[in-house]
Amino acid sequence: MSRSFRLFMFAAPSRFYALSGFLLPWLWLLAIGFAVAGLYVGFFLAPTDATQGDSYRIIFVHVPAAWMSMILYLAMAGWAVFGWAANARLASMVARALAPTGAMFTFLALWTGALWGKPTWGAWWVWDARLTSELILLFLYLGYMALVESIDDVRRADHAGALLALIGAINVPIIYFSVKWWNTLHQGATISMTAAPKMAATMLQAMLLMTVAFWAYSFAVVFMRTRALILERERQTQWVMDLASRATEEKK
Amino acid sequence: MSRNVFMLVAGRDLRLAGRRRFEALLPVVFFIVAASLFPLGVGPEPQVLRQIAPGVVWVCALLAAMLSLNTLFASDHQDGSLEQLLLSRHSTILVAGGKALAHWVLTGLPLILAAPLLGVLFDMQSHSILVMVIGLILGTPVLSLLGSIGAALTLGLRSGGVLILLLVLPLCIPILIFGAGAVGSVDAGMSAAGHLSLLGALLLLSLVAAPPATAAALRISMS
Repeated sequence: MSRSFRLFMFAAPSRFYALSGFLLPWLWLLAIGFAVAGLYVGFFLAPTDATQGDSYRIIFVHVPAAWMSMILYLAMAGWAVFGWAANARLASMVARALAPTGAMFTFLALWTGALWGKPTWGAWWVWDARLTSELILLFLYLGYMALVESIDDVRRADHAGALLALIGAINVPIIYFSVKWWNTLHQGATISMTAAPKMAATMLQAMLLMTVAFWAYSFAVVFMRTRALILERERQTQWVMDLASRATEEKK
Repeated sequence: MSRNVFMLVAGRDLRLAGRRRFEALLPVVFFIVAASLFPLGVGPEPQVLRQIAPGVVWVCALLAAMLSLNTLFASDHQDGSLEQLLLSRHSTILVAGGKALAHWVLTGLPLILAAPLLGVLFDMQSHSILVMVIGLILGTPVLSLLGSIGAALTLGLRSGGVLILLLVLPLCIPILIFGAGAVGSVDAGMSAAGHLSLLGALLLLSLVAAPPATAAALRISMS
């Protein structure tokens, strides 16, 4: 067995189905555990902000959700393009499974941002560059989902979605750098890779714990959705039929 | 011959449009009618109108350009000539580029010509109108280029018309921002060069990237 063959071992839907089935409980455990820890640190241990009071605490949901919304879009575009270029069925299914979760996190980031903006800026919504690009990101997710849903042919839907996601991916760096391009009402990036963080250590800890929780949740939900897609698309194969007959026997 | 296919496709589309002249005029008629609704909705104060004019003109131009997109490939798709074009030895990229050029001549160019008229209706200064027209000259080709990708992706779909709007409008937002922003900065007494340069950069980028993307989308849709 050569090395490159092992690398793509789990690209076979049947093997991926087995592996993800094994991983799912652990992922859920990880997601719930880290979410509880992150929320505890965020709500009880982190100090109250000097200027914003307790209202800033929504940052522990808002910022990780905004990160996830962008990362998931890039992941979706990446898998979709890989599925298109390499004609890998599983990659296209993963891309499709990523879209609803990404859209959910984008909406969550916008929603928590509005809840945060009201007490701090005095407005639910401002037309600032970062908010606007996050809204555009939501439109991009909706466009992708609408396109793949309205094409009946699975192959065409996957490939058309890949092209659209690739074009949309150009927008994600614009979101990230918009903070530097336009100097507006939104506060600048607080976490940077080069400079020392300006926030208290416990705040950072809570945010990172929540980020791990969101990652684990994303993996879990995307795996579940991919498994459903696999069963739907591979329903004529022998292993899915065996699986179904075994499941009905167990019910009896 | 192969290099010629770009002009041949564009010329053929223009000749076809020339035989249905009123249909070809619809986008610009829509543009003027839609923009004229705004003073009725917002009120006739010249101060307000002057302020919203660039945005209104750009949004209406965006919508007018989208309006005729679903017919860009549809009739060729129905009568099978699109399939023949893709099967021929000519570059699909040039076919896609020719289609986009024809779409721009039929919708973008009339909008550019009609825009000064709207500028007068909205009581804009003459130099603001000039900047707006320059912005439209740089921006409307991008709308046609991006729109042709959307039209190719949604070829033959039941919900094609509305879907194109959902796919293409978010991608056009930078054009809207810089196009309207150019006029805004002139009104504020600053130079519009920055905005216009960015529009030009987006035009160059989409000139290079959009025809191959449209060609790929056509191949996906026809396979």
